[in-house]
Amino acid sequence: MSSSGAGEAAVSATGVPASSATGVQILDPRLLDQIGVVARRSIMRTLRQRGLLVFPLLFPLILFAINGSSLGAATKIHGFPPVSYRDFVLAVPFIQGALFVAITAGTDLARDIESGFFDRLALTPLRGGALLAGQLGGSVVVACVQSALYLLVGIASGVGIASGVGGALVLLALSVLIAFGFAGLGVLLALRFGTGEAVQGFFPLLFVTVFLSSSSLPRNLIKVHWFREVATYNPVSYLIEGIRSLIITGWDGEALAMGFGFALLLSLLTLGFASTAMKTRLVRT
Amino acid sequence: MRRFLFVARGVGWRSIHNTLVSPAILLPSIIFPLFFLAAFAGGLSRISDIPNFDYKPGYTAFQFAFVFLQSAAFGGVFSGFGVARDFDSGFAKRLLLTAPKRSGIIAGYAAGALMRWALTGTLITIAALLAGMHVQGDGVELLGLVGLGIMVNIVAALWACGVAMFLRTEQAGALIQMPVFIVLFLAPVYVPLRLLTGWIHGVARFNPATVMLEAARGLIAASPVKVALAFVLLAAGSAVMAVWARRGLASAERAG
Repeated sequence: MSSSGAGEAAVSATGVPASSATGVQILDPRLLDQIGVVARRSIMRTLRQRGLLVFPLLFPLILFAINGSSLGAATKIHGFPPVSYRDFVLAVPFIQGALFVAITAGTDLARDIESGFFDRLALTPLRGGALLAGQLGGSVVVACVQSALYLLVGIASGVGIASGVGGALVLLALSVLIAFGFAGLGVLLALRFGTGEAVQGFFPLLFVTVFLSSSSLPRNLIKVHWFREVATYNPVSYLIEGIRSLIITGWDGEALAMGFGFALLLSLLTLGFASTAMKTRLVRT
Repeated sequence: MRRFLFVARGVGWRSIHNTLVSPAILLPSIIFPLFFLAAFAGGLSRISDIPNFDYKPGYTAFQFAFVFLQSAAFGGVFSGFGVARDFDSGFAKRLLLTAPKRSGIIAGYAAGALMRWALTGTLITIAALLAGMHVQGDGVELLGLVGLGIMVNIVAALWACGVAMFLRTEQAGALIQMPVFIVLFLAPVYVPLRLLTGWIHGVARFNPATVMLEAARGLIAASPVKVALAFVLLAAGSAVMAVWARRGLASAERAG
């Protein structure tokens, strides 16, 4: 088998030249069909595992409800933005939800690898790119649902969106892009390590990136120097601040550019590495 | 009694051994509390500047009390994950068949949880001291703090064992940890109770975790409050959870 492995063999089986796999053939209806089938399976599998669906949906909301009230006194700190703490902290569930999307996407794919289903798929005409895109497509649908839920719960709890309806739509787009980037990371971990346990083992590490950011206080109000430095260099701070700006500030071009920029960078990096890892794993198969 | 201790010792030793040789099990139980300590004591230390916040040992000590008890609780919770894993793998069924005194199984898992927390609690304490935590309590008061941690660990371990034995699947993980997590975070985690406002104040007032947290903070600050009440509540909680775990074991026995 060549370096493209089963992926190339699969392409040949469908009659599509291997060299065009990443070119204009991206619009090949057969490829779109394959992506659709994998995405549908990914969504259905998530929906059938209620434990996997409910916990990621509820956990960030529970933290939002608790921290939104417990840290209400933080608004008395001199220099804190003139909004309620609930407004300030609503951005965090979107990021936490994205982390759960990453773990779900990664664990699902890892389970396919562990159970041998991935190997069987590799022997079919299904392309590696379709498998990757489909898996991520399923994650995007889950991310859309949970982002909309977080926004609705936030609004229902009295949070105002300073940027208005248009800002709410941009907020949803940004949060889905962030979730897409993290889902790519989950898939990358699954392809690299091949076990669900390894993917889940990364969850604390991912969760820590949220804690070590400006999730709880604005960066300029963080008193401990090393923590402020870590939060400043932590990209998650900018993802949170991008979403937060739409909720409490309005249209803040810099915060949005940083938020979308880091989300895009995360997506491109994880997608690029995941594509490479997919090829490597297909070769192993 | 000898058969009980024989089983407890075997299960406890296995629990510790599995923890120590498996980084995937050991590291989360250490890393999570350490990062909670860093995030809360470091990231939120400005909270101590708000009016009427007057905890003398400082915000690091204020948060240490919470993270210390939280690590104790989650040390117990993680033991439940081990029980569930043993049922998933089939080991627990073989254990039930061979154990001469089955209640020793629960004691063994609980002992394993306590040993594991001994490691985590020590590391957290060292980390907090390195971070500049001021401790004003004397030796007896700090012994009281450790006692609180041990009791919290036992209650959580018995709860987790019970749930894991009733459900006998690793998918019970969320159900094991969510109630513990919520009860802990519905206490005055970031500010003293009197600075909480809204619904969270009402809930925290009647949350038993608040009593334990206030007792722990008082012991660190050398001004003990509600310590006896905390121990009474934890003793009652241990008794209730022991019955719960025993019923979970009975359920597993019935299921074969």
